[in-house]
Amino acid sequence: MSDATANGTAPATPRKDKVETPFRRFVSEFCESKVAIGGLIVFTAIALIAIFAPWITPQNPYDLAQLDIMDGRQEPGTTGGAGFTFWLGTDDQGRDMMSGIMYGLRISLTVGAGSALIACLVGASLGLLAAYAGGRTDSAIMRLVDLQLSFPSILVALMILAFLGKGIMNVVIALVIVEWAYYARTVRGTALVERRREYIEAAQCLALPTHRILFRHLLPNCLPPLIVVATMQVARAIALEATLSFLGLGVPITEPSLGLLIANGYEYMLSGKYWISFYPGIALLVTIVSINLVGDQLRDVLNPRLKK
Amino acid sequence: MTVYLVRRLLQALLVVLAMSVIVFVGVYAIGDPVEILISPDADQLERERAVVALGLDLPLWQQYLVFLTKALQGDLGNSFVFNEPALKLILQRMPATLELAFGAMFLSILVGLPLGLYAGLRPDSPVSKGIMAGSILGFSLPTFWVGLMLIMVFAVQLGWLPSTGRGDTASLLGLQWSFLTIDGLSHMAMPALNLALFKISLVIRLTRAGVRETMLMDYVKFARAKGLSPARVTFVHVFKNILIPVVTVVGLELGSTIAFSVVTESVFAWPGMGKLIIDSINVLDRPVIVAYLMIIVLMFITINLIVDLTYSLLDPRVRLESKGT
Repeated sequence: MSDATANGTAPATPRKDKVETPFRRFVSEFCESKVAIGGLIVFTAIALIAIFAPWITPQNPYDLAQLDIMDGRQEPGTTGGAGFTFWLGTDDQGRDMMSGIMYGLRISLTVGAGSALIACLVGASLGLLAAYAGGRTDSAIMRLVDLQLSFPSILVALMILAFLGKGIMNVVIALVIVEWAYYARTVRGTALVERRREYIEAAQCLALPTHRILFRHLLPNCLPPLIVVATMQVARAIALEATLSFLGLGVPITEPSLGLLIANGYEYMLSGKYWISFYPGIALLVTIVSINLVGDQLRDVLNPRLKK
Repeated sequence: MTVYLVRRLLQALLVVLAMSVIVFVGVYAIGDPVEILISPDADQLERERAVVALGLDLPLWQQYLVFLTKALQGDLGNSFVFNEPALKLILQRMPATLELAFGAMFLSILVGLPLGLYAGLRPDSPVSKGIMAGSILGFSLPTFWVGLMLIMVFAVQLGWLPSTGRGDTASLLGLQWSFLTIDGLSHMAMPALNLALFKISLVIRLTRAGVRETMLMDYVKFARAKGLSPARVTFVHVFKNILIPVVTVVGLELGSTIAFSVVTESVFAWPGMGKLIIDSINVLDRPVIVAYLMIIVLMFITINLIVDLTYSLLDPRVRLESKGT
């Protein structure tokens, strides 16, 4: 078990020699699975593409001046009027699909990671509070968690978007409300075990303020399972956002994520123009699978029960 | 047991009440109720009259009581689009959704059990590894995209199956069902498979884990030692014992299958209540939205209640534990 508090209060430990630090052990254990490394590399590549999309795409797919309607619905590999090749074809507006996918990745990843992060903050805080306070606070929070987890995520998201309407912010809110319960449950479970340890008792004896005990002492020791859940939830959030956008309840048409790109190609599917939907779907699939592969390995490495 | 039953029923009732408050506040307070309930074509005078007629000038808690009383009488308002009672609209489309959901669950067992059984019996064979990799894909693939790909392959390129609608229906117990006609079945094949994909993966994993666990049991070793044929050991001794947990879990998934049919129905234009709710949200047909949410919440709470009660019947620990707290 990594002891983050010990590291935090005693930075005097020299790090230059080859002492096996928890972090190094973690890295070497993670690298044991080639599949997971592959997943990590693919995901890093996807993230880089998303970040640098405006500089590497041949066109800005949302600058109407750069679009030529004459290039509409071109097959993959054709060269358009602007002089570059549409490797993945174009959609009905003459938009290069490759550029569209790269920009779509930006939105999908931002919404997915952003909502997972906020949900993590909210869920972890409430989970910690539930475990530390116990009693009525605990049962109130956990009742809410149980209630919410008894409904499928898509239904909860659908309900919230039916109230709030479309829009990126509303999708993020919906995803946060869907996801916080998973974090809360995970953190509470770990924190219940951790709060009985001596270091918490010691911190309480020092009369440290509650928030300090919660966030500086308890939280760092609940991190391993939290990281695993967070990784998986990012993938789930991206998939759910894509689904909602596909249904026309998610992001607006001006900021299309991968799900909306797929929805746009839906009507052309029946006339055999498969590429408008096919390639964004592949991008979505590769993103989700790579995150899940990394998450799987993290779960194996960070699970104390599997420790040798 | 009676005490537990009453407690559990009261809890469920409380949840229904809480959800009705959430839905009410969500639709009537967050959105603009005038815009929601009055047709946008109405002029100013008509609007004001409608506000009074609908009781929108009353305080919110009074409005909620009116809403609740009407809801209890089965009146959840009229749809703007169809100008029919919202409740009726949804109940009309329910058979299509239920049919699809049950079809998907049937498929998941039909496909998942044999594959899981094989993967469990020969865990190291390449075929088993392929099955397991496939089940990971089944968990990761976005349902709606798989649906599109199914349409592309089987409807557009091969032309084997129709891609939209329910096809011919036949009447049974006064309701229209697709699974009773050949044409209806061919319409149902792709949506049901699409909806089943996730459950198939789940059943494969459950069955495989169950088989691997059961194969190590003493009674299996004993059956083998008796000289029974491997087929008999597998299908009688092992299979029977893994069937119960698998079927239980698939049964539990009924609710989420119905919820996720929203996606599948939209892809395949299946005229069920999932497609209705998406269409209604898109055109802001709020009475239908409210009615759908209330019905589905009620459905979930009922399913959860039944599951809890069945568990407490099977496992006395659950009852005793809840008595303690």
